This record gives sequence, C-alpha cells and structure tokens, in this order.
Amino acid sequence: MKASAFAYARATSVTNALELLTAHGERAKVLSGGQSLLPAMNLRLVAPEFIIDIGELAELRGVVVREGVLTIGALTRHADLLKSPEIATHAPLLADAVAHVAHPAIRTRGTIGGSLAHADPASELPACMLALGATIIARGPNGERRIAASEFFVGIYETALKPEELLVAVELPVSPKNSTHFFHEFARRHGDYAIVGLAAQAFVRDGRFANLRLGFFAVGDRPLLAKSAGKLVDVVITSAVLAEASSALNDELDPLEDQQATPAMRRHLAKVLLARCVSSLLDRPDLYAGVSA
Amino acid sequence: MTSAQEKSETLSALDRPNSYIGKTVPRPNLDRLMQGRGLYVSDMELPRMAHVVFLRSPHAHAKINGIDTSVAKQMPGVIAVVSGSELSTVITPWVGVLSHLKGLKSAPQSAIAVDRVCWQGEAVAAVVASSRAQAEDAAELVLVDYEELDAVTDMRTALDPTTALIHASLGDNLAFERNHDAGAVDQAFAESDEVVEAEFVFGRHTGVTLEPRAVVADWNAAEARLTIYQGTQAPHMVQNIAALHLGLKESQVRVVCKDVGGSFGIKVHIYADEMATYALSKLLRRPVKFVADRVESFNTDIHARDHRCKGKIGVKRDGTITAFEIDDLTGIGPYSMYPRTSAIEANQVVNLVGGPYVTRNYRARARVVFQNKNVMCQYRAVGHPIACSVTEGLVDLAAMKIGMDPIEIRRRNLIADDAYPCASPSGLRFEQLSHHAALAKLVKMMDYDALRAEQAALRAKNIHRGIGIASFIEVTNPSAAFYGVGGAKISSQDGVAVRLDAQGSVICQTSITEQGQGSESLTAQIVGSVLGVSMDRVRVILGDTDNTPYGGGTWASRGAGIGGEAALQATKVLRKNILDVAAAVLQSTPGELDIVNNGVVNAIDGTPRIDLSELARIVYFRPDTLPPGIQAEFMATRHFVPREYPFAFTNGVQASWLEVDTDTGFVKLLKHWVVEDCGTIINPQLVDEQIRGGVVQGLGAALFEKCVYDERGQLTNANMADYLVPMSGEMPDIDVGHVVSPTLETELGAKGAGEAGTAGAAAAVTNAVNDALRPLGTIITEIPLTPQVILTALGRI
Ligand SMILES: Cc1cc2nc3c(=O)[nH]c(=O)nc-3n(C[C@H](O)[C@H](O)[C@H](O)COP(=O)(O)OP(=O)(O)OC[C@H]3O[C@@H](n4cnc5c(N)ncnc54)[C@H](O)[C@@H]3O)c2cc1C
Repeated sequence: MKASAFAYARATSVTNALELLTAHGERAKVLSGGQSLLPAMNLRLVAPEFIIDIGELAELRGVVVREGVLTIGALTRHADLLKSPEIATHAPLLADAVAHVAHPAIRTRGTIGGSLAHADPASELPACMLALGATIIARGPNGERRIAASEFFVGIYETALKPEELLVAVELPVSPKNSTHFFHEFARRHGDYAIVGLAAQAFVRDGRFANLRLGFFAVGDRPLLAKSAGKLVDVVITSAVLAEASSALNDELDPLEDQQATPAMRRHLAKVLLARCVSSLLDRPDLYAGVSA
Repeated sequence: MTSAQEKSETLSALDRPNSYIGKTVPRPNLDRLMQGRGLYVSDMELPRMAHVVFLRSPHAHAKINGIDTSVAKQMPGVIAVVSGSELSTVITPWVGVLSHLKGLKSAPQSAIAVDRVCWQGEAVAAVVASSRAQAEDAAELVLVDYEELDAVTDMRTALDPTTALIHASLGDNLAFERNHDAGAVDQAFAESDEVVEAEFVFGRHTGVTLEPRAVVADWNAAEARLTIYQGTQAPHMVQNIAALHLGLKESQVRVVCKDVGGSFGIKVHIYADEMATYALSKLLRRPVKFVADRVESFNTDIHARDHRCKGKIGVKRDGTITAFEIDDLTGIGPYSMYPRTSAIEANQVVNLVGGPYVTRNYRARARVVFQNKNVMCQYRAVGHPIACSVTEGLVDLAAMKIGMDPIEIRRRNLIADDAYPCASPSGLRFEQLSHHAALAKLVKMMDYDALRAEQAALRAKNIHRGIGIASFIEVTNPSAAFYGVGGAKISSQDGVAVRLDAQGSVICQTSITEQGQGSESLTAQIVGSVLGVSMDRVRVILGDTDNTPYGGGTWASRGAGIGGEAALQATKVLRKNILDVAAAVLQSTPGELDIVNNGVVNAIDGTPRIDLSELARIVYFRPDTLPPGIQAEFMATRHFVPREYPFAFTNGVQASWLEVDTDTGFVKLLKHWVVEDCGTIINPQLVDEQIRGGVVQGLGAALFEKCVYDERGQLTNANMADYLVPMSGEMPDIDVGHVVSPTLETELGAKGAGEAGTAGAAAAVTNAVNDALRPLGTIITEIPLTPQVILTALGRI
C-alpha cells in the first residue's frame, strides 16, 4: 500500500501555487490536509504525477468576521473550526457539524477547503455551506470567482472548480440573532461518514418557521438544499403539514446504495431526520411522535 | 463453591509471603513498549533484505492461462518475479486435514497458485524488489491471462448437484460433516409443552490485528539454516511446518518471535504467502520480508464464523428444557486451512451447544462446505459465539413462549454447582463449573430487578430498552485431544526453564508466547512468587525456538494454565536446589530454610541467613569453598501437559443492557456485565482486560463486523472505512466479576480467560435486542444487527 511515485512541490504563495497548477494542469493535485488525498493515493485509486502542497500558505488559514460576513480561509483546519469563538458565535451550526467530522487526529490535519473541494456527498461541511448560504471563493490564473454553494457541488467528488483553480476561502453571512439550528447525522460509529445527515438553519417566530434551510447530506450524489422546506415556512405545522413536506422531500431525494444502506433506508432516515429536526426546532415533541408511530 | 483456600489444607507455593499471585502488578514489558522499543517484525531491517509483494487474483475462481513477467522484471529495483510453478521446486504443497476429524477432506494447496486461483486475493506471483514501493510498481506490470470460472459463493447451494465443483478430485464441495445424537430427542420434543425453532445467521468476519501479519525469512546458505522472524502464536509449529515443506530438518529452522501487534488466533495458522516468503528466501539466498498491507489482510487473514444454524428447543411449562437440536452449515473457502484445519469451528459448535444445561437430549448435524472465498479458520473463541448465540437464543425464545423470565429459566436448567464432575450431552467432561454462583453474582451486579423496572417505565414512554443474558462455557487448556491426536505436530505441552544467575537474578525461558495477553507478566509473577524473589529480578525469554523449551505457544486460552504450571513446577525444583545448597553452606537443613525477598531466611522466624546474590557468588565463583560432593544445580526445567481432562472448561454469564431506536434501527449499548470463572486468577487486571477485550470483539460481531462478499465472490469492503471494527465511542462500560473454581489438575489451578468475553457477548446483545423489540413482536436471529437489518425486520423499510 504505497503511493505511486510522484513529483512534489511546496507552494510558497498562492500565486506560486496557481503557477504550478497552470503548468501541470490535470496531472497535478493540490495537497491540503491530505486526509482524503493521501489514503486514495496509497490505495492507488489516484496516481497524480505532481503534488502541490499548499500546507504552508498561512495567508489561507484563519477565520475573520467583517461587516456581517464570516470569511474562513481554505487551509483552516477542522480542529480550528471546532475551537474558534467566531464560529461558535456566528455559525454555531458549523461548530456542531465539525464535531462529527472524523476523529481528533484527522481533524487536526483536515481542512475546510480540502473537504469542500473533495465534495464527498456524505460530508458534513458541504451541506452546512448550503444551509448557511455560503459563497465559495476560487482563485485561478484569471483572478477570483465567487461561486454560490448551491452551484458549487455538482456530483460525487465533483465541484465547479476548474483544474487550474484553487479554493481560497468561503464566506458565510453571519447567522442572524435569534436564529436556530439543528444538526444530526446517523453514522454507524462516531466519526464515520454519515448514512444520512441534516444540517439545518432556521428562524422561528411565534411558533412558525420564518425561514428554514435544510441541508441534507448522503442522500444523493451531492448535498441537497431541500426545496420541500418551503412547505413548512409561514404555516402552522401540523402532522399533516409535516407529512406533506416529508413526501415532497421524498420526491427530491435520489439516494445511492452502499455498504451501509439501501436507497430505501436512506429515504426513510431522511424523513426521520426531517421530523426530528422540525420537532426539535419548534420544541414540539408531538410532531415527532406523530411521524414515528 | 470451591475456592483456592479450600483446595488444600497446607499453604501452597503460591500462598507464600509477598506472593504476586492474585495481584495487579504492572506488566514488565510495558515501559519497553510504551517507549517505542518493541521489536515488531514489521520494523525489522536486515542487510541485503528484499521485500516481496504478492500479485493477487482479482477473481474468485479462474484458470491461469499464462503469466507474463517480462516487463515487471525490467522495473527498477526488481530482484525476481516468481510464479507458483517456479516456487513449487522449492516448497511442497500441503493438505489441511486431521485424522480425528473423520471424513474431513481438502485439496493440495500451494504457496502460490499454480494453474488456478480459488479465491479473490490468492497469490498468483511474487514480486521481490529492493523496496515495497518498487515491488508494488512492478506488480502492476505483471500480466496474467485469466479465464474466469464459475464461483461457488453461497454456502446454501454449495452442495447442489448443479453447483460447480471447486476441486474435481474431491467429488463434491463437502469438506466435513459431523452428526451427533444423544438421549431421546424425538421423544423429548413430543413430550414438550412447546417446541420453538429459529434459524441463526452469523456474518463472516475477521480478527483485524493492529500489526498485520509480518515475516522476515533469512536463509543462510553457509549454515544451511533458515531463520524465520515472524509474528506468530506458535513458533515451534512454524518451525515444524516450514522444515517439512522446504525439505529441511527442524534443526535447520529457527523461528524468532518477539513483539506481536495482536493475534486473536489470526496468527496461529500457516498462510500460503508466509510459506512463499520462506521459500523465496531459500530460492534467492537472501532475507525476504513480507508484511501484509491492510487490503490484503482483509483478503487473506483467515475469516471466521459465517454460519447458518437452524436450532430447535423443547420446553415444558415449568421451564424444564427437554432437548436441543441444531443443523449447522458453514462455508470455509476453497481449502481447509493448514495445519489446524477449518472443520474445528463447526466441530466446536456441535460440542458446545446446550453445554451449560442439564438436558441430555441433543441432536446435531454440522456441515462444512467449500466456497470460492477467503479461507476460514480459528479466530478467538472458535465456535463459541455461534454455539452460545444459538443455545442462549433458543433458551430465550423458549422462555418467551412459556412466559418465563430469562433468569428464571436459566436457574431451572443450568447444571447445579454441586453436580460435578459430569459431562455435557455431547460428551465433554466438566471438572467443576459454577453457573449458578456466576448467575447469582451477575443478577446482583446488574441489579436485575431495578433494571427491569426501569425498562418497564421507559417502555411507557416509547423507549425500547432490552436486557439480554447469555450463559456460556469455554474450552481452555487443551490437551493433545485438540490437534495432536489428529496427527498435527502442534505441541500441547509447554516447557519452562528457570535459572539463578550470578547476582541472584533469574532468567526464565518459556515456550509460551506473548501477543499482549501478559504471558511475560504472569510467568514472572509465578516465578517470583514461588522462588521468593522480586519480579524485577525475573527476566522472561519467549518466542525463540533456539532458546526456549519446546512447546505449543499461546492460543486456545492455554498460556497461563499450561505454561504457568510448567513455570510453577520448574521454579519449585530450582527453589529446592537452592535450599539444598544453602543448607550445606549454612550447616542447616533445607526444611529449616526458606527464600523470602531475594534472600534465604530461617523458615521459623524469617531471620535473614544469606542473600541469593551471595549464595550465587559462592556457587559460581568459589565452588571450592562448598562442602565436598556438592554440585549446585541452579537451573531447572519442567514441562506440563494436562492428562486427566482433555480440556479445562470454564464458565460464566454475560448481560447486555441496550436501547434500540425503532425509527432508525440503531442500537446503543448502555452497559455490559460479565461474571466468569477462570479458576485461580494470577493477575486480576490482566484477566479483566482479557475479558473486556474479548467482549469488545464479540460486540463487534454483534453490531458491526462483516466481510461483505458479492455473488461473484468479491470482497467488497476490504478496508477500514467499510469494514467496521468496534471503536471505543460505541463501547459500553464493561463490569467484570469473578467466581473462582480452580482446576485440581494443576497446583496453579488456573484455567484460561482469553476467549470468555468473545464467547458470550454477541448472544447477550442479540437477546437484549429481542427483549427490547418484544412489544413490537419482532425477533431477529441474525448478526451483525445493523440498522438495515433491524429496520427491515421491523418492516420500516
Ligand atoms: C478515517 C477518516 C474519517 C473521515 N471522516 C470524515 C467524516 O466523517 N466527514 C468528512 O467530511 N470527512 C471525513 N474525512 C475526510 C476529512 O474530513 C478530510 O480532511 C477532508 O475530506 C479533506 O480535507 P483535506 O484538507 O485533508 O484535503 P486533502 O486530502 O489534502 O485534499 C482532498 C482533495 O481536495 C483537493 N483540494 C484540497 N484543498 C484544495 C484547495 N484549497 N483548492 C482546490 N483543491 C483542493 C485535493 O487536491 C484533493 O483532491 C475522514 C478522513 C479519514 C481519514
């Protein structure tokens, strides 16, 4: 289990990294935390000829809040997100979610940029980006591109990034005061990729959702911002309303089969999550019992 | 209840002052391992050492029409690319059968496949290069022309006449069948108030050692000797087999086994790729190293379990169990494993079902079939988890049927603690077990009634918790009955040599081995206690066929019971020899003297007489000052093998408390209890951790671990992301309690403890899940109990 031979360069600046990417194109791979790339290389599932290590680009690391926008550098490690007071205050959903990403050793090396660029449909962070309405900032030879999270994830391990582009940061609107969130995933063991998960951001007023964004993951080839959430906004939620939303959600899902679950099981679990999420955000235990009975 | 004290009126060598027996003392090898000074084969480097990588079959069953190695041979660093037929000039094939398993058959297996591959992962060529990476690069360029053949994958149809034959020469795909009929089973069922049947399904799984299998073979042409450095549980067995198939004398093979990163039975076998590595070293006249990587570990480390067992139980309304009947089927891969065979697990299932209970009526059939999947063989608690899950599952189903509490039905049927010696319905002889004492202790430890009340209260809130109980018996301390009588050259006896060195320190060589169980510690504890020296003076040497007595090694929960007794007896002789010389020097008699705290003292009042270091100085450097005629013998050797009982059975009971989320199918383990009886406890912490580790492996089987094969015989989850080993986050607290019934066959009184945890854990969990699901009318008899399995059973998906 040894990687095929490859050439290696440690980028000295973002500009340098972009030059290397332009020069080597599709034959090159960016190395960030290495927690997805290196296992794949060791298993010889991928064999890039050239590795561009961006690990030393301090300019890409860190969390900044300015004018209602939270900017997270691509090299910010999962462990940094977990510890960051800015994230805890302005994007608590993300803080909750990161605790479910892998284990401490992996979180110490893995980065948000790597996770988003890798675009595993079972990953927590991409779904959070949808729920939080993030913008992904990519830099290429022709300058910067801003890509809405909803446009960024296009398939299994596929994103809107071009081979010569570097993901440099994500921007999130600061979560408004009094907004609430819900994060839960079903994973066989703590730290495993989820069988199905849900990252939700909401605004509740007078017992109703004024706003509800549901970011499901592991329910298809990419994270899903559920349109069916619309059925729950600005209405009094009853079991019937929830059931209707649940069936609309079902129509939106296109789950895959893998070792852990059949598509039918994923659909079922997604609906359980929806019910638990709504019941929890509205503090209405009656809603959950209704669905599960 | 028997206890150590009642055993003999006089104090034994173990009850001496400052005895280490029964004390938690730190393992002597801990600092060395914690400081990174372990000697693992994976880390070894020798001059001129080459690395071998095996090109492995991507097909479950295929003909090899040709192998083109020409391009691979030109790759940088490549030393040789060797096919199966080329290697067959150096090493002979083998057949994994034993004569006492009547009718067991298998086909000759080669170190590297010749002409045909029989499972996905079987080696087809060896690539030897200066580094592992270079060998992997070259292996990608070896071209093999395969012609796919029909693969036999489903054990249920393996014996159908329309199913392809794996080995035409054998006539069918049946490797072994055993039938057993005791008592009057049909009559017993006819007279029962209720008869319950179920089919129990067990997933195939494996041991997943932290350090994979690793070998460095070093053929020294000048000496005509092969040194094998290998992480193995049985060095003398490896020596015997390597010599046999390489055409050498055993004296031409030395096996060295230092630290081993976990074994669990995975490393007690001889694997084809290990044989190939020995042969390659001989062929290439240089050291060759093979370390299995994780993917090939999953494809080649023995798998285990994979049984489908139909079971039937009869019960009277008063709870009396009238009979057990089973029909067990298991698929073992294309060959019976060498040299212990792959029939043992099914054989054990027949032996063990119904074992804790009084009923004499028992009928069993076990069939073992060949398949085109990886080989199966003995893994921790061989057969026990299956026998225990079937027996305990049936007992719970019977209790449910007649509306009796699971504890009560066991109380009414477990063999009484004063009924020993006696035998099981399959003819196993029990010296002394303690089922009732263990059950009583368990009920108290878990506060059973309070737990039942809590369960009832939570049920009202739609929370589904369950309690599962599983009594078990465990085979330990095997005599020659296990392997020797069947013709395998696997020793059932062990030897220990102890000597007093010049400064009064003690060197102890033992034939048992250490893979983390604490063999080194328990040996030092026994030697220190019996001799009267502190443990830090005792140095234990294991794992070297040139430098230890001949013996079996560490497996089948035998190290403490057999190797420990040899250590005790050898040390008693050394002690006597020392006291004889001391008496001569001190003009006393041996009976008036004792050894305490590293010195000879007056037995009566403990007055120090002479330090052992001083006595040793005289013996080794000034023997001229000893009285005439005295020849000091400060080294003693003893061997031990059980002769009265073929096995020292142990017993115990486990309980699981868990919650099932009926919406998601997820099981949360809340607590686990074990009460076990391994006889004399040498080191309580080591025993408890053996139990806990064993339980965790059993919980892995219950909830997580499964080698998933598709219908074409492809292992689809051969990696640590998809094959789920149990991890600490999901493990409950495991409380361990003991009942102590020492075996009278040894002075030490120790039986084995290594497999008890694994034996009953899955049964306890399955029973608890069914207890939790009872209000929903769902019963599941399949493990692992994945969310998918549970949701399907509940009709939710
Ligand atoms: C045992 C284990 C368990 C895990 N469990 C989870 C889990 O539960 N949930 C989860 O989400 N993840 C999990 N991961 C993956 C982990 O979160 C990774 O850290 C993450 O997926 C990738 O981040 P990285 O920085 O390690 O990226 P790398 O592995 O370095 O790179 C991943 C990919 O992204 C590309 N890339 C990286 N950075 C950039 C960039 N700035 N611009 C453009 N392309 C880039 C690389 O070229 C590569 O293709 C697990 C990993 C392991 C080993």
